[in-house]
Amino acid sequence: MNRPLSWFNITSLTLGFTFLYLPMVILIIYSFNASKLVTVWAGFSTKWYVRLLHDEQFLDAAWVTLKVAVCSSTLATILGTMAAYALVRMRRFPGRTLFSGMVYAPLVMPDVIIGLSLLLLFIAIGLDRGVFTIVLAHTTFAMCYVAIVVSSRLTSFDESLEEAALDLGCTPFDAFKSVTLPIIAPAVISGWLLSFTLSLDDLVIASFVTGPSSTTLPIKIFSSIRLGVNPEINALSTIMIGLVTVGVLVASLVSRNTIAKREREELEANLAPVTEPAMASVTEGVVRDEEIEDARASGARG
Amino acid sequence: MGQNAATTAFAPWNDPDANPLIRFENVTKRFGDFTAVNNLNLTVYEREFFALLGASGCGKTTLLRMLAGFETPTSGHILLDGQHINGVPPNKRAVNMMFQSYALFPHLSVWDNIAFGLRRTKMEKDEIGDRVQEMLRLTQLEPFGRRKPHQLSGGQRQRVALARSLAKAPKLLLLDEPLAALDKKLRQETQFELMDIQEKTGTTFVIVTHDQEEAMTVASRVAVMNKGNLLQVATPGEIYEGPNSVYVADFIGEVNIIEGTAKIVGPDELAIQYSENAPPIHAKIETEGFSDGQSVSYAIRPEKIGVSLTQDDPRPNKVKGTVIDIAYLGSTSTYHVRLDCGQMFSAQMTNVRRIEHREITWEDTVWLSWSNSAGLVLVK
Repeated sequence: MNRPLSWFNITSLTLGFTFLYLPMVILIIYSFNASKLVTVWAGFSTKWYVRLLHDEQFLDAAWVTLKVAVCSSTLATILGTMAAYALVRMRRFPGRTLFSGMVYAPLVMPDVIIGLSLLLLFIAIGLDRGVFTIVLAHTTFAMCYVAIVVSSRLTSFDESLEEAALDLGCTPFDAFKSVTLPIIAPAVISGWLLSFTLSLDDLVIASFVTGPSSTTLPIKIFSSIRLGVNPEINALSTIMIGLVTVGVLVASLVSRNTIAKREREELEANLAPVTEPAMASVTEGVVRDEEIEDARASGARG
Repeated sequence: MGQNAATTAFAPWNDPDANPLIRFENVTKRFGDFTAVNNLNLTVYEREFFALLGASGCGKTTLLRMLAGFETPTSGHILLDGQHINGVPPNKRAVNMMFQSYALFPHLSVWDNIAFGLRRTKMEKDEIGDRVQEMLRLTQLEPFGRRKPHQLSGGQRQRVALARSLAKAPKLLLLDEPLAALDKKLRQETQFELMDIQEKTGTTFVIVTHDQEEAMTVASRVAVMNKGNLLQVATPGEIYEGPNSVYVADFIGEVNIIEGTAKIVGPDELAIQYSENAPPIHAKIETEGFSDGQSVSYAIRPEKIGVSLTQDDPRPNKVKGTVIDIAYLGSTSTYHVRLDCGQMFSAQMTNVRRIEHREITWEDTVWLSWSNSAGLVLVK
């Protein structure tokens, strides 16, 4: 595995990363541009950041987005976990395949169709469009992502753990709460984070079901782009990239440390003597008697 | 084995007045078309160490899971201490189970794992602490209370699982292949530990295992199962020396099975003809009901057959053969001998001499001999 990188590998890596990150790097550089013209460099400045922080409209949109993301991802996590649990645990019931297919269908459904159908539904039942409808819409499509993440964890989950909990006196709900949930918690949390980010950057569905007082950040950015690219948006995007990068770095560092710690502890446990001295002497005594008995028995056989 | 003394003193199954702790009455369990347990009757008594033994898929685990409450019988009744428990959910039974995978809760410490069941009772906090401490002491886990399951070795995890299932002082402890995950040496040590703990706590143990040696070592009685049926329930000694069927004889230990036709030659003696070119086997019988010309199986354990280069052995059954193979096992050697008629026998001898002084070797002509009470005649 430690072979030095060949020229071919270095070239493909460079090309790949350039392709992925060049646009973002340009965006970040221009967010510190003093000029109002996006394409002309006129020296370093942070004025767009300052201006952004005083832009009421952007701050409002950010607040709406955050509210929507927190509410919808929480709802989606609860519903998605329940769906995953039902699908994985209830082994055979009529139409199980149909159900599991239906839970995952929104994954491949185009956003436009989801948005349009939800809009029609909300009009049909006379629901006023606003923050609430965006939350509902985001919950709908984020829930299937949660269901997938959680059900993959649940399929590798040792069911005898739940049985042990029942055996020790738990009601089924208590067993879920005190055994299953803590163990699948990492999957549930990553499901929540996934739906949170999905909700944060959704433009299409939100613009279908949004109302007058509920502009989310993506909608706001998209509509202001139409009036020309604004350096403020570069600044906003840079902040978002920064937040995401920090989040990912922290998460991966934490998980790497946890895994390393666990591996080390497992290794120590297996290297340690299996039985303590007291125990060993007790069992040795028994084994010795046993051997004598055995020897006698086989002596008698011959 | 060390077991025998205890078994003679403790035999509630021979006492007609003894109260059974568990009673299976005509219990059948089907999964779709598959019958896992077939019309089974069984009683287990208090303080017994009862082993369910059988190949995988014989229904022994289903039986255990019905006792724990994870499965309900398709028909028939299960009684625990005289109470019908068919519909009682697992969390309402005074029965605890130790799982094959141990099923330790990975997010809880050893201490919390053991306290888990106690916290679901009305027990006071101090009492829980005392009880957990007592369990840790019983299983020699005192220094490990604060560790998480992944910080323990396999043997320690096994003991945590045992401590957790014993913490609530159940009437009945079910053990599903409790030692299968341990290596051989540790498994043997742990068997004695289990017996010790069973004796100390006085709990009734029902253990499921596919390892006949394990069942023979730990159990007061062994039930041999095959395809959902109970074939024989008896003490290890009775099962080994007096199997009631070819399957049981074959399943428990090594055995030579010889097919032949019976001929009555005395009030309690049969001659079994298994080949035209060989003298018949003389066998004592304890039960009546054999007739001339009946086809029977003769079962004899390898260690009951003597191998010799001469024919001086006075025992009544004596045949000549050639050594085909010798399996050297250290304390004993197993000789595979082919008779002139083609019948194979295996005979086991204790290695009283060092291996370099062994008289018998490959291709030698030898005499096999055994007494007429050494084997068992089984009806097919």
